[in-house]
Parts: sequence; structure tokens; C-alpha cells
Amino acid sequence: MSTANPATVEIHDGAEWQPVCAWADLVPGRGVAVLVGGDQIAVYRDRAGQLYAIDNHDPFSGAYVMSRGILGSRGDVPVVMSPMYKQAFDLRTGTCLDEQIPALRVWPVRASESACDSASPLSMPVAETSQPAAAGVRET
Amino acid sequence: MTPKPARKELVLVGHGMVGQRFLEALFEQPSAAATWRVTVLAEEPRAAYDRVQLSSWFNGTSADELSMCPQEFLDEHGIELRCSEPAAKVDRGARIVTTASGERLPYDALVLATGSYPFVPPVPGHDADGCHVYRTIEDLEGIRADAKGARVGAVVGGGLLGLEAAGALIALGLETHVVEFAPRLMALQVDDGGGDVLRRKIEDMGVRVHTGAGTQRIDTGDDGRVRSMALSDGSEIEADLVIFSAGVRPRDQLARDCGLPVGERGGIVVNEQCRTEDPHVWAIGECAQTVDGRVYGLVAPGYAMAEAAARELADGEGSFTGADTSTKLKLLGVDVASFGDAHGAAEGALDVVYANSRAGVYKKLVIGADGALLGGVLVGDTESYAVLRPLAASGTPLPAPPEQLVLPAGSGAPAGPIALPDEAVVCSCHNVSKGAIKAAVHENGCASVPEVKKCTKAGTGCGSCVKLMSTIVTDELAASGVEVSTALCEHFPHTRAELYEIIQVKGITDFSRVLAEHGTGEGCDICKPTVGSILASLGGGHILAGEQAALQDTNDHFLANLQRNGSYSVVPRVPGGEITPEGLIVIGEIARDFGLYTKITGGQRIDLFGARVDQLPPIWKRLVEAGFESGHAYGKALRTVKSCVGETWCRYGVQDSVGLAIELELRYRGLRAPHKLKSAVSGCARECAEAQSKDFGIIATSTGWNLYVGGNGGMTPRHADLLAADLDRETLIRTIDRFLMFYIRTADRLERTAPWLERLEGGLDHLREVVMDDSLGICEDLDELMGRHIETYEDEWAATLADPDRVRRFVSFANAPGTPDPTVRFAPERDQIRPARPGELVAGPALEVRTR
Repeated sequence: MSTANPATVEIHDGAEWQPVCAWADLVPGRGVAVLVGGDQIAVYRDRAGQLYAIDNHDPFSGAYVMSRGILGSRGDVPVVMSPMYKQAFDLRTGTCLDEQIPALRVWPVRASESACDSASPLSMPVAETSQPAAAGVRET
Repeated sequence: MTPKPARKELVLVGHGMVGQRFLEALFEQPSAAATWRVTVLAEEPRAAYDRVQLSSWFNGTSADELSMCPQEFLDEHGIELRCSEPAAKVDRGARIVTTASGERLPYDALVLATGSYPFVPPVPGHDADGCHVYRTIEDLEGIRADAKGARVGAVVGGGLLGLEAAGALIALGLETHVVEFAPRLMALQVDDGGGDVLRRKIEDMGVRVHTGAGTQRIDTGDDGRVRSMALSDGSEIEADLVIFSAGVRPRDQLARDCGLPVGERGGIVVNEQCRTEDPHVWAIGECAQTVDGRVYGLVAPGYAMAEAAARELADGEGSFTGADTSTKLKLLGVDVASFGDAHGAAEGALDVVYANSRAGVYKKLVIGADGALLGGVLVGDTESYAVLRPLAASGTPLPAPPEQLVLPAGSGAPAGPIALPDEAVVCSCHNVSKGAIKAAVHENGCASVPEVKKCTKAGTGCGSCVKLMSTIVTDELAASGVEVSTALCEHFPHTRAELYEIIQVKGITDFSRVLAEHGTGEGCDICKPTVGSILASLGGGHILAGEQAALQDTNDHFLANLQRNGSYSVVPRVPGGEITPEGLIVIGEIARDFGLYTKITGGQRIDLFGARVDQLPPIWKRLVEAGFESGHAYGKALRTVKSCVGETWCRYGVQDSVGLAIELELRYRGLRAPHKLKSAVSGCARECAEAQSKDFGIIATSTGWNLYVGGNGGMTPRHADLLAADLDRETLIRTIDRFLMFYIRTADRLERTAPWLERLEGGLDHLREVVMDDSLGICEDLDELMGRHIETYEDEWAATLADPDRVRRFVSFANAPGTPDPTVRFAPERDQIRPARPGELVAGPALEVRTR
């Protein structure tokens, strides 16, 4: 866990950390979808409290449903399984473990102790950037 | 292009089980299709059917279900089948068969498979109205029609078929007598000791047995109908229906008329290749006298002859020199088996007998002078038949002292299949040896019983050997070091059934503990929903409560069905398919107001498509207010209990099928299972609700309900098996309760009841013993579990709406709860919506779809 009393989940949109939901919004082992700028992002929390943020777009079905997948592990790799056709994706890198396709975009995500009002998303600044800015999260 | 050589003409006379097997075996030979053009002359009005299972017709199995010859088979091989067109004459010189209607068919090969006819003793009155034989479906129809006005029925003949006929009379509700000339029942198969046990069991069922008595006369009333019969012991039976079942005779008249030699006691004489004296004429099955001088009246030797003749005709080599007449069957609920030299005819043979009259068990083994097993008789407990019969056939020394082989399980060492020599025939229907099964595993790479079945055909006949076969397959796989992985997934080394037991016994209520104590890693989309389902089956409360929410597939998680574009469909429960006009209006209004696509489902309800996640709670708020509940279309759970309209409205119905369907659907709604469960109730034998294609289906009879289980539509359709007949409502429901709970407890993940039942050791009989006779002593548990399910049922949607925390999850975006997902888009089609295709230019989610 990145912080002792997590209250807010934040995503780095390439320019700055954006609060996207309350820590309590996340059920361990599941995710939610959030809107950051024009992007739909799936945010998950695993049973140990680790946070992940990947593209909500399921490349196989074309539907924006990755946030509704089940979290688990494949060997040592933490994964999310697409709810549509059940392919597994590495939560850390967005890489699909079942078929060779381009990795899903991932975003840096963290918990902070300051509370945010997740019901007022319009107050959150939204940065228009297409940079993945994921260097802190991507593992190679 | 070279012209195809003209095909030769093959005429098959007779389309019974053996005739059909001949056709199958012929076209299994690669050269057959190019060589032969086949015409079949059948006397009966229908294609071949399973005469062995004839009696099941009285328990609701239709003539269609008994059929063994699908139209596709005939079409595929270009076989011309002429029903109701028997052969009348054979001109061997000109090689022409003349049919009853006068048509003349030339042949290059003629195969006679005319079977046999029932022997009717020529006693006075034998042809009176009310006298029947028991051979064809038409015979059965006649018996059923006559039984309507009858009170007492008598069967002449206490052999295998006679007892079958007696079972039919009991099923028809008649007081039943069996008259047997020999001093015991089934004189051919069993000895006096076995006959005694059999008689006692059959008398317990209310059948009056008269042995050592011949039929002298049948007396008729003024109307010319049977009134009574006089027996040779001076007694008289008042009977108004008589069935003759005193043996069969080969139908060899056609051969006699054209001068082919027949045996002294009938039967067309054939050689090892099943060919008659005439090189163009073959004879197979019950009409033939084989090279060992016998006429076989069993289906397995008939099949063997059919296969031999088929191989000969396809330029191969076939031979039939004699067959094993071992039999194992269940007559009137009594298990009877006889194998090898059952009567100890061999010189120096000695008996080892175990008899327990109280338990109704009799077992006799015939041991040869050299200590080898020669044959035996088993009545009341035929469990060891599968091992003993091949042992007797192999002639190898016994693996254990003979007394241990007849003692009840637990008191002696059981004879395992390892003790069988390779040449021992395991499947006698298809003549497959233990060696062939081993070869299928080691050489053909078969790694499961279904694969071995497919490869060798073993176990696809009567099925009595499947249990033995699966033991052999498992042993062989283990011996060759093949790990038979039954693990659920990489996180659990257990099967679903094992996990169920673990969770139940330890009283575990959350996934974390199961994983910590019995698994590894973080779980996956296989084990998490499986554990979620087990917890739900064991009464673990709402499926979205606490940690359970994280285990559910997206369908269960949102209590709706995910569709291809990320939208969901909604199905309210409509128990039994009965819905009021007001209910229809509410559903219609909701669909209209939310712009949903509506379609009637196969389960007699209405599916509403195109709802976004954030629309699900408001849609359900209105449905719940109107009295609707979740239909569990999203869960591995009971879906619907379909029904026909039943006796309330239908001219033909005999019971209230809608009432029962509603009761069952309300009883089992929400029941989580290894896979979805479907059911149906039909109000009469016309079966308009298609109950036999369901996991459990019920068909009304005039006196109760027939319960069918293990049916399946879908990719591999399977007709359900009759588990029990003529049940009263209470017994019916109790039996379904236990069937469902036993399935939930023992099935694999995503295993429907059909494959589960096929895999279940001991099959339908075992299932019946477990749920009706409580052979495992678990019925109390099963009943309690079902009781708990019914008690704790709550509508998942009503409960979800009542909990603001759960409702809060139904948003498209956690940081923008009021924003609909802009990617869920629809296009108009046939006055409704459909998901927009990629790149299609359409309106957004606010699309106006009401085009009229």
C-alpha cells in the first residue's frame, strides 16, 4: 500500500495527478471505470491494496468493459480477465498474455490521504494529452 | 473422366436391430459405398427401433425415441428403405426378390434378417380377442388399447420377455399373473436357487406367479373376448387380457420357400461367414442357424453376425462361430445376470453358492475341475458381473478364492480389473477386449473414457461395462505415468466437487480463506466464480455481499447479461411462462421508456436488451414495484420451468402442468448450480413443453408425473432419461430436490446435468438409488440443503435496490455517475434498436427509437 490511510485514488494524466475516485469505491479484486479527459480508464485494487489503471477498451470485442473483469494471477503475473472473451492482461504493463496484440495503455495510479469529492468530477482538471506517461509503472 | 463402375444391388430383407447394425457395419467399410446400392424391405411401418428397450414404451418413451435409424443415415448412404413392404418370394435362379405388393427387385446379394416370431401355443382360444403377443410397437399399442377396459392380465411364459410383458401389465395398472411351464422363472438363465429369489422378489411386487403349469385353454365370454384361462394344474385364472410370451421361432419361411436348407428346429443354415448354401444369399440374426448349430435369440450375437456378413460383403473377412449368451438385465426392478456355463454343464464342475433370502440376493459361481471360473448366476446383486463375466470367458485362474467373489462387498477382497487378462472381453455388445482398451490408451493416446468409447465403441451398447472400463482406463493412464489432471485451474489442485466438500465440511464462507488454505496465487476467472457459486449453493447470502462481489462474473456482478457492445439485457422472472396482461403492459412500458429492444425467449419470458449499467437500477426499480423478480438469466442457476397450458385449457391435457411449473420455478428460483438449469412440465404425453430436452423435465400421466433428468438442447442435444414414473406430487418434488442437490454437490464446473449423468459411475441406476433409495445415506443432507435454499431465498434485485452501497456501483464512470457511456451506441432496425457497428454513423445514447 502506498499510503497509511488511503482516501483518494489518483491517476497521472501526463501532466499532473488527477483524483478519480474514492478508495472506498474500489472492491478488492474488482475495478471501476473512470473518465479522464476523453479517456476511459479501468482502475482496480487487488486484495493486497495494490492499484492498477489500464485502458477500459477491450481490444477483442471493441467494447469499453475492461473495468468489469475479474482480477487474478497467471503464475506470478497479476492479471485482469476481460469479461467478454476472457483473455488475460498483465495489470502492470497492459500486455495480453493470450494473444499477440499491442499492449493496452497503462496509467500511473496512486492512493493519497486527502479526501476528494468523487461525485464532482467536473471540478477535476482534465489534461488533453495522448502521452502514455507511464514510465513509473511500466515494467520491462 | 472414367465412368464410375455401376454399383451392385444389395437387398436387405428385414429392418430390425440386426438389420440396422448390418447397414451400419457395411458402410463403416471404406469400399462399401462404391460397391453396393442398398434397398431395405421392412415389414413394419417404421424403421429399425430398439426392441430390447421395448418395455420403456409403457413408461413414456416414444416410438421416435426408440428409433435406431435416423433419416440422415439413410440419406448419407443412399439407402432406400421401404417400410410396410415385406418380401414375398425369392427367385434364386433369376436372383429376384418379389415384394408383397408385387414389385420385383434384382439382387447381387440378398441378406435375410427377418428375425423371429413369437410362438403361440395352439391351445383352444389362443386367437380370441384380448390375446396378444409382445414383439412390435403395434403389439404394444394393441395391448394398451385392450388394457383400458381390463382388470386382470396374464402372461404365458416366465422367461425374460414374459417378465418384461408382466412389467408392462403392472405399468398399465392390471392385476398381473405369470404362467410358466418350467418349474422356475427364467429357466434358461438361472438355476432353482436363483429362480426362488427372483420369484419372491417378483411376488413382492404383487405379481401372481404360477410355475410348473401349462396353459390348457382360453375361455371367452359371449362377446368373443377372453374371460379366463384354464391351467394344467386344474386351476383357473379370470383374465381379460392375455400375452403370449412363450419363446420365439426363427422366421425362415422365405428361405424354406426357395429351397434353402433350414435347421431341424428352424433357422436358415449358414456357414462361418453367415452365408447360406447359395453364395448370393446371407442370413443373420434370429432367423439364422449358425455354424455351431444354434439359433441365437439375443441381440449381441445378432450384431456379431451382422458385422461378420458386412465385412464379407465389403471384400473383407468376417466370421461368426458362436457367441457368449451372457445376460445382465433388470426385470421388474430385480437385477438378474447369467454368464458362461451357468448350469454347470461341464464335467467335474462344482458350484460355490451364496444365498441370502432376507436380502433377496443369490449368487452362484460354477468352477471347473482346474479351478477356473466357468460361469454363474447372480440375482438381486449383479455388481460383480462386469468383472466375473470376462473372467469366465478368459478361462484364466481366479484372482481370489471363489467364495470371496460371491460374498457381499466388504467381507471379501473385491476382484479388481487388474486381475483380468488382456483377452478378456469387457464390452460384449461390441466385442472389445481389455487389451483393445489398453491399446486405445497406450497407442491411440485416448486419455478419457469418452475418448476410448469413441475409439473402440466399447460401452456404447448396453453400457453395463462402462464402470469397469473407466477403472481400466484410469489404471492404464496411471500406469503409463499420464497425470490425469482434474485440477480446477492453476490455483486449485481440486475438482469443483472436492472444493464443494471442503467448503461445506470446513464451513468456509469466503474466498480468501479457501485460497489461503487450499490454493495458490490470486485466483482467476475460473476458480473465483466457481467458489462464488459454491458459496451461493451452500446458502452464503446475497451474491454481491462482502468479498463475494469480487468473485462473480460480470453478469452476476451486475445481475444482468453482458452483450457485445458493453450494454446489458434484463430478464424478469415469469414463472411457468404465465403472465397477466398488466404484467405484459408494465414490461412493455419499461422497454418503451428506456428504449430497449425486446425479444421473446425460448424459456417463455421476455428479454429486454440495450440497457446501460446506470439504467439497470431504475429499470429494476419499476419492475420490482410491479411485482417482478430477477429471472437469473445471468447466473449459473435455475432459468425457467417452461410449461404447456395443461389440462386447464387443453383438450388433451391430463394434469395441471402450469400449476406445477410455477410451483417448481418458485421453489428452485435463485438456486446456484455448476451450470444453468432448465426445466419444463408437459401436461400430457404429447410433450408440447419439450420437457425431455431439459435438465429436469416432467410429463404428466393419468395417474401422476414422470420425471426425466439429464436432457440437454444446445450443441450436443441429449434426450433426458426417465428417472421415475407415475410419481405423486410430493414424491416428485422430493426427488427433484435431491437430484438437484446431488448434482450441485458432485458435478464439475460448467458441467450440465447431461454430461454429468453420463459420467456418473453406475449411471441412471446409481442416481435412482441415491435419490430414491438413499443408498449413500445423504438424502437427509440434500433435503436440508434444499430446505435452506428455499428458506433463505430473496430476490437479488429487490435486495440490491434496498442497499444504497450496492446501487452506487451501477454507474458507467465512478468519477462521473451521471454520465452515460458514450461508446454504447445503437442503430435502428425493424422498428427497434440494435448495437451500432464499428464506424456506423449513428446517434448517441439518447437515440429516439420510436419510429411509429
